[in-house]
Amino acid sequence: MSHLPHRLEVQNASIGYGQKTILKDLSFQIPHGARVAVVGPNGAGKSTLFKALVGLLPLQSGQILIHGEALGAHKDCVAYIPQREEVDWKFPVTVEDVAMMGRYSQKSWLSRPSKQDKQIVKNSLEQMGIAHLANQPIGRLSGGQQQRVFLARAIAQEPHILLMDEPFTGVDATTQETTLNLLDQLREKETTMMISTHDLNLAASRFDYALLLNHKLIAFGKPKEVFVKENLSQAFGNALLVVDNGVILVDECCPPDEEHQRHPIEEK
Amino acid sequence: MNFLLEPLAYQFMQRGLAASVIVGVLCAVMGTYVVLRGMAFLGDAMAHAILPGVAIAYIFQGDLLIGAGVAAVIVALSIGFFSKEGTVKEDTAIGILFAAALSLGVALISAMQTYAVDLSHILFGNVLGVSISDLWLIAGLSVAILLTVAVFYKPFLIVSFDPILAATLRLPAERLRNLMLVLLSLTVVVSLQTVGVSLAAAMLVTPAATAYLLTKRLFPMMLVSALIGAVSSIVGLYISYYFNIVSGSAIVLTATFLFLLGFLYKRVKSI
Repeated sequence: MSHLPHRLEVQNASIGYGQKTILKDLSFQIPHGARVAVVGPNGAGKSTLFKALVGLLPLQSGQILIHGEALGAHKDCVAYIPQREEVDWKFPVTVEDVAMMGRYSQKSWLSRPSKQDKQIVKNSLEQMGIAHLANQPIGRLSGGQQQRVFLARAIAQEPHILLMDEPFTGVDATTQETTLNLLDQLREKETTMMISTHDLNLAASRFDYALLLNHKLIAFGKPKEVFVKENLSQAFGNALLVVDNGVILVDECCPPDEEHQRHPIEEK
Repeated sequence: MNFLLEPLAYQFMQRGLAASVIVGVLCAVMGTYVVLRGMAFLGDAMAHAILPGVAIAYIFQGDLLIGAGVAAVIVALSIGFFSKEGTVKEDTAIGILFAAALSLGVALISAMQTYAVDLSHILFGNVLGVSISDLWLIAGLSVAILLTVAVFYKPFLIVSFDPILAATLRLPAERLRNLMLVLLSLTVVVSLQTVGVSLAAAMLVTPAATAYLLTKRLFPMMLVSALIGAVSSIVGLYISYYFNIVSGSAIVLTATFLFLLGFLYKRVKSI
């Protein structure tokens, strides 16, 4: 099977709601199996970018190509892990039900899950260390467990591209470590990953690439090249303080966010 | 035993009971989506919105159910049209159309003189007036709606629980939503005869809300809800027979009583 050079290519894309443009003229190419940290201040358009990538927001102009084809040509090859606030935790579904949704496909939407589907779901729950919770309603889990349910579902989906919105915000250390381990495993399967985060240290140390946004693309490349003074001050503006000895401080905790409600607990 | 069998000696009671149970089950199953998706307001609006269709059918001496059905589908699709892509918020669109349709219905009715009896039947149901052909229509439509729910079980579950997953799976979310609105409006139409438009909303919400308290998965929730709907209909109809109360009220009050029991059970259990 021959792969095209780029799994995900965004060309001159402008994205927004109605007439309002949030991200302007975005262009970048993400190579095969890369792990990309999406970084920017609150309201910079990180969630908006993800919504466009899953096809939830139409593009105002430009295009998004996956494997060289327009968005929508490939079914179920993009998995998205929502922020915890976006999920209705009181919905009557169990952990297993949620993971099984990842196995849904249009070919078989009438039939019951196959043995293979069940095995894949079981494995993914085990991989996330929540197999013993399979029959629990999702509302009864702790925050970290809840996040792992959606990670398990993403694994069960066997995606080519995985999008995660703020998975490191407001979770316990175990979940953060489980998440990072998962990312390492997915790398072996050459899954392309885009993860938005406020943790710049994590972005600099555990990712191949960083994508710095503030209503437009400020920089995209290796974290070392992206996280330089010029780029950061362009992205964060006044929230940035450069101290004499070369240390850069970024303060941007918790103003109410236009894009989405963030979890109050911020991990630094 | 005699107590239970006596009412069934009358054919109109047999037909009434069959119709009530079918409608009770149908409303209860559709009600699970109403409760989970927060569409209670929509159900209520839908029930009142069919009034102009019924009035027009009455003026032209057509079938009231067909008039109601056409009106319901038009209103359902209009709500989808006005709230498409967030031009107007959905509950605003519902509020506008609900009021407009209700006003139109009342305007049409007020132009007539002999309408009082029929109006009260439409508002509160006339379960004892169910004819054989009505019963067939009710049964046929109910089976069709429940089959559709069964066929679309998985996509409906995903669209209701996680619209973003639905988008990544490229489900036709818009069309699924419209289909659900159409099913909901047909359900209201079917319940026109047994509980009437004013009480149909209660039958959509109450049994499903009770089942929500007692179950932790969607499918069992539907089953328990259906059971509660059926039991409420049977008990309500007997109460209506022996105490000479309007059947629709008796059915809804029974369902409400069961909800209170479920609520207390849940409260006691969580202490």
